[in-house]
Amino acid sequence: MSALSERPDGAVVGTREPHESADLHVTGRALYTDDIAMARKDALTAWPVQAPHAHAAVTAIRTEAALAVSGVAYVLTASDVPGVNDSGVSGDEPLFPGEVRYYGQAVCWVLGETAESARLGAAAVEVDYDPLPSIMTLPEAIAAGSFQGAHRVTRRGDADEALASAAHVFEGLTEMSGQEHFYLETQASLAYVDEGGQMYVQAGTQHPTETQEIVAHVLGLPSNAVTVQNVRMGGGFGGKEWQPHGLAAVAALGSMCTGRPVRLSLNRNQDLTMTGKRHGFHVPWTAGFDGDGHIVALKAELTADGGWSLDLSEPVLARALCHLDNAYWIPNVEASGRVAKTNKTSQTAFRGFGGPQGVFVIEDILGRCAAPLGFDPAELRRRNFYRPGQTTPYGQPVRHAARMHDIWSQLLADSGFDRRSAEIEAFNAGSPHTKRALAVTPIKFGISFNVAAFNQAGALVLVYKDGSVLINHGGTEMGQGLHTKMIQVAATALGVERSRVRLVPTRTDKVPNTSATAASTGADLNGGAVKNACEQIRERLAGVAGGMLGANPSDVRFSGGTVMALGVHDKELKFDDVVNAAYNQRVQLSASGYYRTEGLHWDAESWHGSPFKYFAYGAAASEVEVDGFTGAYRTRRVDIVHDVGDSLSPLIDIGQVEGGFVQGAGWLTLEDLRWDTSDGNGRGRLLTQSASTYKLPSFSEMPGEFNVTLFERAHEDGVVYGSKAVGEPPLMLAFSVREALRQAVAAFGPAGRETELAHPTTPEAVFWALHEARGAADPAETEASNVGDEILAGG
Amino acid sequence: MERPSLTVNGRLRRVDPAGVHTTALQWLRSDGLTGVKEGCAEGECGACAVMVATPDGDGGTAWTSMNACLIPIAALDGQEIVTAEGVGTSERLHPVQEEMAERGGSQCGYCTPGFVCSMAAEFYRPDRQSDAMGRPCNEHGPNGFDLESLSGNLCRCTGYRPIRDAAYALGAPDAGDVLARRMNDPAPGPVGTDLKKSDGRFVRPAGLENALTLLADNPGALPVAGCTDWGVDVNIRGRRESLVVAIDRLPELCAIDESDTHVDIGAAVPLTQIEQWAHGRVRLLSQLVPQFASRLIRNRATLGGNLGTGSPIGDTPPALLALGASVVLASRDGERVVPLGDYFTGYRQTVRADGELIRAVRIPLPCAPMTAFHKVAKRRFDDISSVAIGFALDIDDGQITAARIGLGGVAATPIRAVHTEQELVGRPWNSDTARDAAAALGREGTPMSDHRASSEYRSIMLSQAMLKFFAESGSAPTTIGVTP
Repeated sequence: MSALSERPDGAVVGTREPHESADLHVTGRALYTDDIAMARKDALTAWPVQAPHAHAAVTAIRTEAALAVSGVAYVLTASDVPGVNDSGVSGDEPLFPGEVRYYGQAVCWVLGETAESARLGAAAVEVDYDPLPSIMTLPEAIAAGSFQGAHRVTRRGDADEALASAAHVFEGLTEMSGQEHFYLETQASLAYVDEGGQMYVQAGTQHPTETQEIVAHVLGLPSNAVTVQNVRMGGGFGGKEWQPHGLAAVAALGSMCTGRPVRLSLNRNQDLTMTGKRHGFHVPWTAGFDGDGHIVALKAELTADGGWSLDLSEPVLARALCHLDNAYWIPNVEASGRVAKTNKTSQTAFRGFGGPQGVFVIEDILGRCAAPLGFDPAELRRRNFYRPGQTTPYGQPVRHAARMHDIWSQLLADSGFDRRSAEIEAFNAGSPHTKRALAVTPIKFGISFNVAAFNQAGALVLVYKDGSVLINHGGTEMGQGLHTKMIQVAATALGVERSRVRLVPTRTDKVPNTSATAASTGADLNGGAVKNACEQIRERLAGVAGGMLGANPSDVRFSGGTVMALGVHDKELKFDDVVNAAYNQRVQLSASGYYRTEGLHWDAESWHGSPFKYFAYGAAASEVEVDGFTGAYRTRRVDIVHDVGDSLSPLIDIGQVEGGFVQGAGWLTLEDLRWDTSDGNGRGRLLTQSASTYKLPSFSEMPGEFNVTLFERAHEDGVVYGSKAVGEPPLMLAFSVREALRQAVAAFGPAGRETELAHPTTPEAVFWALHEARGAADPAETEASNVGDEILAGG
Repeated sequence: MERPSLTVNGRLRRVDPAGVHTTALQWLRSDGLTGVKEGCAEGECGACAVMVATPDGDGGTAWTSMNACLIPIAALDGQEIVTAEGVGTSERLHPVQEEMAERGGSQCGYCTPGFVCSMAAEFYRPDRQSDAMGRPCNEHGPNGFDLESLSGNLCRCTGYRPIRDAAYALGAPDAGDVLARRMNDPAPGPVGTDLKKSDGRFVRPAGLENALTLLADNPGALPVAGCTDWGVDVNIRGRRESLVVAIDRLPELCAIDESDTHVDIGAAVPLTQIEQWAHGRVRLLSQLVPQFASRLIRNRATLGGNLGTGSPIGDTPPALLALGASVVLASRDGERVVPLGDYFTGYRQTVRADGELIRAVRIPLPCAPMTAFHKVAKRRFDDISSVAIGFALDIDDGQITAARIGLGGVAATPIRAVHTEQELVGRPWNSDTARDAAAALGREGTPMSDHRASSEYRSIMLSQAMLKFFAESGSAPTTIGVTP
């Protein structure tokens, strides 16, 4: 067992801790960016002027009328930018564009004394546009050859040859839409110049360092003249990994130009129309199976809808290609991937980061092929699981492959899968209008950033003379409980009570050069760094305590605020006393911690290596009920067994599993992004740009019964206190809901049929699928229950 | 005039809103109560929920949850509200807050203050405990907690299970509970308000006559009750009015008067109150109202508002058309009664003239014995319907003697399905009739395709609704006394 993963007796990690800010959340005292901005009564409010074209050249901007609006202080345009007019790192995201590339893109920004004056000012800005042709859909982009970034191919074996000799070959087209993050707190920042001339930015960002860098390059300042702080976010889900940078830069530029604090807080419509979303994908595929249901070959061509700029689309695509296999051994693979350039928001990171789209493809294939292959879908999936010793298509050994089988068996037993499947069959036989189904799907998800350099983190730990502890690390808190875990890690590493440790907000002037809190790696990376800092201090304190106890420092033990030594039975010290003694002996009581993930390598050219530290595993069994009249459905029960290693914080981890699951179910079955793809004046406009038109799961989508079990004896060697990442993998457990819908739909028709489902699988999509299933049945048998369908055919 | 005032978390505060279009949410946040959050500004997410002291109909006070983003602060003049900051403090957490915190009911915490207010309002609902007995519904907890009370609150992090567990773990308020004790005293009454600001004027007139005079003298003045529709226009579409007349507390608009021949439901009665009244009386309404938006909205929204906007996708018109309802329109010159079928004249157009108010909705009694309301939407809680259908059939000795079917979402106005009604009348209620009626219903209206549904789906849903209505009536013969 590695020193990093070894968990001491009496560890504070592993205990059931509520969220460290729970008391502040429930009493409304927790501060978010715009709450802090509200207290700045001298702040100006920024408001965007949004373009009403999907693609157009900006030929003139006239601001006189806006400046005449009462309360308007300034209009920010490209000419105000002293540095680089770009909000990204690839040079393709002009902050003040001369050519707008999506409907709703901000052309310029108005600063007003109030939100109302800024809004009225923005309405008064006159912009001339010269409309240009636009590309709105993936088929349009593919036809036009509109792509951006690198074209990647992952290859193993000989897929063509394997398909030629396969017993069964299926072809299909799998298309999936994107997803809006809909973090409850919209994008927000507050910027002001402090007394030293430094630009201070309070921002809702998952990546404070990159926000700092973008603000600096837009303002033409070095990084040491910009400080970014994040207290907490009202949700991020990847939507605040890249998108906040340009917005923070606008606020900072406004402050630089006016000398006033500037508050920028998008309203929901602005947030929906201006910021990126999960990528939709278009994937034609061919899959071959042998006579025993083993998949022998897969060919697929992935096209991701990147929107107007490259953003994070290349790494998203990489992750999709790396998760095409999900939990399955596919001996022959040939999959290519590319990013389409369309006139939409710049699609970006979203929980799972391409992984869900990759997994979608293989789960869709297995779900469609099971019935024609004559297999129960659960059995088809199990039969294709990786076995120990096998490697992924990109060459990484699948460590702990047996764990997938163990989780699967446990889930089937815990959920009463066989018994309930039989009950459902009996129910369906007697129920012409309502069908139920129970489906089970697995997840294997790689943890680490594909780019090796991002897998590092820093922390700063301060111990004060009274023995109280203050920690700071480079990760951000967006609700996922990272700060709670970091407090538990620090208390464990220092051997003190949890109540002794306080955590302060993430700031770029405390811990520099951090990575995004993303890719589920927050606890792995920052936990490693916090633990490292604490251990440096603890080692120094052990020297002091050894002297006080008359023991060798290596025999000193810290636990629960008490310091003891092996073999010394008559004496123990309080942590405070050791700290105080250390101070008097001039021993340093603070430390900067650092962590880098070992053992990663990746060659993006050959598409080969071991990009992931480890895999997280899980499985879910979902039962749904479908109304044959409307296609409406309910999720009756969900059982999950998920592997988080040895949990750092079980309440937090279960919350991540459940929340990720419901968010995934939202993407798969409910959330429906629609753009205007007509040739009319509104072409390119996002039609679902509000909470009343973009529906996310509410209480009515919560599974009636929801049982989550963390897989036990799951110690992960080489990760902080034996834990595993949890943020993203559970989202993909929601495929069980979509597959249950597929099976319920199939139950309306004859057995053995391939059932296609549109995405998102809304009640309407379910209805059309079951309509088709019923239509495929023997007409005489279904007449009584199916009159409406005949009516449609006749009417 | 004197500046409006408001009791917030037990403290009287003078209110000086920036304008008559300043919402309660904006004012509270600018006054330092930033626990109240903006998540959508259109009453969909509940992050702005607060509790308002409202009359409980029995001389005491009810704590009623509402969306602060939709209510102009001027409309709360003289009222009393509680935000999450006032429900409890970190030192003394309220039971709702304690359960939410300990069970992992908050992750990012942004929606949490709103959940706390919605949950606390349900915690204090007087008949909650008695609901614990015998309501065989999987949306009620063992403590009687109605999950519907949280239907207007969205959480993007938790997946809701821990929030439900927190809600279902709540006991009864303690003897010393300040907010529970407050319920024994009357709620604040309406306060005459006349606020003039640079963006317009807000008036709460003293009585119906004053209101009608004001409307007659000021063509274009906007009467508002719950503001659940207008508030969205103000926030999202920047709509501004020169004169807003608050009619939600006018006694003439707040009563439900029942006689032998009809019931008049006051145009300003909140839907939640109609839901309670209709239970066991008018089945169609008691089926409809729980499907209308969310509890947070229903605590403010009114029939008058839903008919006043003239929307083709309002949920109440299909049901009211099926019930044969009429609209009682009042003006300075008197009253007229217009059958609802004649009320809508075009897209968001009605016969209501400037200076006229909807005083009440009149429903003839007794109601048809066999009724149903079907709403087709993407989401079960709090969604706008793709189509909505109200059915009402009179059946005598197995024969259909009268049929009224109201449809929403299939034309520029809510409509009656007249061809289908003709198809039904005079025929026996059996599967052949249902099949023919379903075919006819599928051809009613001219549904279009939009982001909610395709036109094909809307049409076939009409047919399917007929078939479902028949199937469900057949499986519950006690309600209709016929055999399929």
